[in-house]
Amino acid sequence: MADDLLVLDSVRFGYRDRLILDGVSMRFPPGRVVALIGGSGSGKTTLLRLIGGMLRPSAGSIVFEGRDVGALDRDGLYAMRRRMGMLYQFGALFTDLDVFDNVAFPLREHTALPEPLIRDLVLLKLNAVGLRGAARFRTSQLSGGMARRVALARAIALDPPLIMYDEPFAGLDPISLATVAALIRNLNDALDVASIVVSHDIKDAFKIADYVYLLASGRIAAHGTPDSMRDSTDPNVRQFLDGSIDGPVAFHYQATPLAQDLGIHQ
Amino acid sequence: MISALSAPFRWLLDRLALVGYGTRFFLRLCGLGIAAFRRPRLVIDQIHFVGNYSLSIILVSGLLIGFVLGLQGYYTLRRYGSEEALGLLVTLSLVRELGPVVTALLFAGRAGTSLTAEVGLMKAGEQIDAMEMMAVDPVARVLAPRFMAALICMPLLAGLFSAMGVLGGYIVGVEMIGVDAGAFWSQMQGGVDWIEDVGNGVVKSIVFGFTVAFVALFVGYEAQPTPEGVAHATTTTVVVASLAVLGLDFILTALMFSST
Repeated sequence: MADDLLVLDSVRFGYRDRLILDGVSMRFPPGRVVALIGGSGSGKTTLLRLIGGMLRPSAGSIVFEGRDVGALDRDGLYAMRRRMGMLYQFGALFTDLDVFDNVAFPLREHTALPEPLIRDLVLLKLNAVGLRGAARFRTSQLSGGMARRVALARAIALDPPLIMYDEPFAGLDPISLATVAALIRNLNDALDVASIVVSHDIKDAFKIADYVYLLASGRIAAHGTPDSMRDSTDPNVRQFLDGSIDGPVAFHYQATPLAQDLGIHQ
Repeated sequence: MISALSAPFRWLLDRLALVGYGTRFFLRLCGLGIAAFRRPRLVIDQIHFVGNYSLSIILVSGLLIGFVLGLQGYYTLRRYGSEEALGLLVTLSLVRELGPVVTALLFAGRAGTSLTAEVGLMKAGEQIDAMEMMAVDPVARVLAPRFMAALICMPLLAGLFSAMGVLGGYIVGVEMIGVDAGAFWSQMQGGVDWIEDVGNGVVKSIVFGFTVAFVALFVGYEAQPTPEGVAHATTTTVVVASLAVLGLDFILTALMFSST
């Protein structure tokens, strides 16, 4: 669609002898939360790194706001990244700065705003994630859920049209998890941004997502709305949603026959 | 068979690539280091972190080495009846060699490891990646101010080390053993040349500052983002920086003092 903020077309990426992603095509329209689900090692985080231009695809294109990410030079990439927010799995807060300065960091680096205005903006962003009262906390004083909320405030500091979340629910207690999930949905709707949520937490990802892509072995195994995915009879989807040991994703990693490894001659 | 034969060449090519990459990184760091002064606050914070926290170990070590120099120098000079030259011996030893070299070795152990671990842990905690994703160059924002701070601190610390060493030599030689104080200072004053001795010592300390700071930051930045990777990088910094300082010291000494 012409109004898609981000379009991935037949993206392929791999390291020397290992293919990570193969022929991945996706669309991310503004105002929608899109979940990327899949098992560990299915290429979800790699996909975020490709979108952010930290890696370059070996084939295919990633087009953000009409520009091919893979063809941008360093200055072009930096200009593009100012229009992207990224929430890392454990927040990736700067440990030498306090909460306030972490959120102020992108504003101070990329704008010439006077300090009183930066202060007001930071407090508003922190208020949006419910942590205005923790503005002067050291990062070491934050719980996992609080750290992720601060990182979220930092990710939205420059009001980017695209926000990426890398495993935002990993390791959180139920209350923090529900808080972060609600924040992702509410911020998405309030700011009318495109949100990409990488997760293997199906229940919460489905709760907030408008659309879901299931990645398996570097390919899109299935995609659709959360309801259509729940009703799917596709064995890839069923194995992932039901958490079955048996299915398209084999329990045993590819190996030579056991008898051969043990030196048993039959 | 073919892979076994090609392994040494691959190793050589990898090392050459590393040297090339390291050289480009060094030049980039120098360029961005000058630009870092546009935000002096970042450099000043790092001078406090890198320099101030190294101060105590440098001062104490300088004093103790001065004690030893005073004692050993006195024992040796006494054989030739030249105890009055103790001040000159202690001072020349310090400003020409021990000041820059030992300060650089201590600096590598105290500040260098700290820089490597800090940058390595930032990488392991995805802070470097996060900065890149925020369109902020981590080499300019994190590494360059630390590089400049180390360059500024090294000659100052080496100067303080030498001053404390002279004081240590004076305490042992004059106050405890009884060498004439006037001879101690006058021999020193007459025999030490500002350009030849002190100036060359300062040049050495600046070169060592470049070396230690670059090794510490480069190794930290290229560390594997794991606990083992950071631990390995920290050790590598001490080993590589120390050997580089000692090797460079030999070359610089040969160049600077061959005619004296």
